[in-house]
Amino acid sequence: MDFYVLGQQIVNGLVLGSTYGLIAVGYTMVYGIIGMINFAHGEVYMVSAYLTAIGLAVLAYFGISNPWLLIGLTMVFAIVFTSLLGVTIERLAYRPLRRANRLAPLISAIGVSLILQNYVQLSQGAKNQGVPTLVEGVFRMGSEDHFFQITYMQMVIIIVAILAMAILNFVVQHTALGRACRATQQDRQMAQILGIDTDKVIALVFGIGAALAAVAGVLITLNYGSFDFFVGFVTGVKAFTAAVLGGIGSLPGAMLGGILLGLAESLFAGFVSSDYKDVFAFALLVGILIFRPSGLLGKPTVEKV
Amino acid sequence: MTSLLKLEAISLRFGGIIALNKVSLAVAENSITAIIGPNGAGKTTLFNCITGFYRAQEGRILLQKEQKQTDLVALLGGSIKFSEGPLKGLRKFIYGLFGGTHLVARSGVARTFQNIRLFAEMTVVENLLIAQHRQLNRNLLAGFLNLPGYRKSEARALAKAYEWLDIIGLGALANSPAGALSYGNQRRLEIARAMCINPRLICLDEPAAGLNPRETDELSVLIKRLRDEFHVTVLVIEHDMSLVMSISDHIVVLNYGEVIAKGSPKEVQADPRVLAAYLGTDEE
Repeated sequence: MDFYVLGQQIVNGLVLGSTYGLIAVGYTMVYGIIGMINFAHGEVYMVSAYLTAIGLAVLAYFGISNPWLLIGLTMVFAIVFTSLLGVTIERLAYRPLRRANRLAPLISAIGVSLILQNYVQLSQGAKNQGVPTLVEGVFRMGSEDHFFQITYMQMVIIIVAILAMAILNFVVQHTALGRACRATQQDRQMAQILGIDTDKVIALVFGIGAALAAVAGVLITLNYGSFDFFVGFVTGVKAFTAAVLGGIGSLPGAMLGGILLGLAESLFAGFVSSDYKDVFAFALLVGILIFRPSGLLGKPTVEKV
Repeated sequence: MTSLLKLEAISLRFGGIIALNKVSLAVAENSITAIIGPNGAGKTTLFNCITGFYRAQEGRILLQKEQKQTDLVALLGGSIKFSEGPLKGLRKFIYGLFGGTHLVARSGVARTFQNIRLFAEMTVVENLLIAQHRQLNRNLLAGFLNLPGYRKSEARALAKAYEWLDIIGLGALANSPAGALSYGNQRRLEIARAMCINPRLICLDEPAAGLNPRETDELSVLIKRLRDEFHVTVLVIEHDMSLVMSISDHIVVLNYGEVIAKGSPKEVQADPRVLAAYLGTDEE
């Protein structure tokens, strides 16, 4: 086994995994609070990729060229609009179905997903879009022809992902609003009886999930440079898998699941075959779910009496 | 004595079953009123209507607040009928959009449950903080940056939470998960949590269920304290007759969704209809 290949694949896996983790948070929080799987979440991520390109174009028009300023402002721009999108989707497509059959919002989510995909395809065109590389430069370890590297952009991704998760964790665990979120998650009716406007809390959770998807969207787009209207599907499915792997409903689980999935994918691609990396990732999911049906950090469901 | 809560001909049907049939009653301010009746009489359903869990299909539930009367049924919105005119329709539409159970709580009605519903995974003190959510600084940014205003509001809430923990004698267990408490402690914590929303009316659904005699005695002391010391009005559903007779100022007896008797404990005990409902009767 080549140490440098291993190192390289671990770096790639961590980068991939932390973005999966960021998106997985949206799935896991929404599932935790209203017990539905928001299939439109992948599309929310896709929209944030387009918002990145739009944001960069607008900023370039104003003559801003400092890459860090560009990244920061684009991030703010994408987060604001993507969370608005997330809240709007919840208001229009899910809240009217709150008392309906559990499957109804699921179908509604698939509908939203198709609407977003087709809308973006129609308005932005079906071809691949690209953004320029903003941050150049790599950090290399090893000799001339035997090395592994981590680009500065990859470092930014890992640092921002960790930062975003830390902020989220602090908000959920240590603020009054986070406390209301946890209460709503445990017993929505009881939270209402105590005077908490649970509809607002649910909207907030959709906003937070979408904001983290936007963070991931900006980072991934800046890293790979290209995207199309269909990127949301595959990434969404992977992030959902990560959420299930870590235990759906659990916040640290989402991050752990994302990183494990990313590592599994990139190690398999590096050492065995890159064609079958998805097969391996999902086989891993099946394997883990056989032994831990509620995911790595999930709690086993207890039937309420 | 003025009445804090007035139910005017409340009706609720589930399909063909009439759960509540034109129930009317008044609860005097600063009193302890007990609702008793055989199983399936509609006691908990009545509580669910008062606390906004269910929307009563007919009738009004009026809560008197200073000079203002709030109709708790209207807070939940409802189906809009053309015959009622545009103004009433608009009101219903707005409450349908933004209203809900939380507004009932905010107007001053708290409750506890027959089967305890604490946030089991949160700590004891967090359970009490959640109930004060309305009175807190909930600004996300203020919370995140730990600004002075936020710190002050958290400190106030904590002080109040600990005050209640002392009253129910759980001060030492403040940071253990609520789910780990003993059954009797969970019951008392639930009452403390309901009190933390600053209610004017507190509805206790079988607070003595599953308690041993000593705990039941402590409970009756606590319920009386709620009335005398904290000046809330208590509405209580209870099967333990000795507890009911010893604490209540007023008793309402329900059977098959209808009020069959009301009055002081003595009057109710002597009422032949009540005896018939509980023990059965020969005459037909």
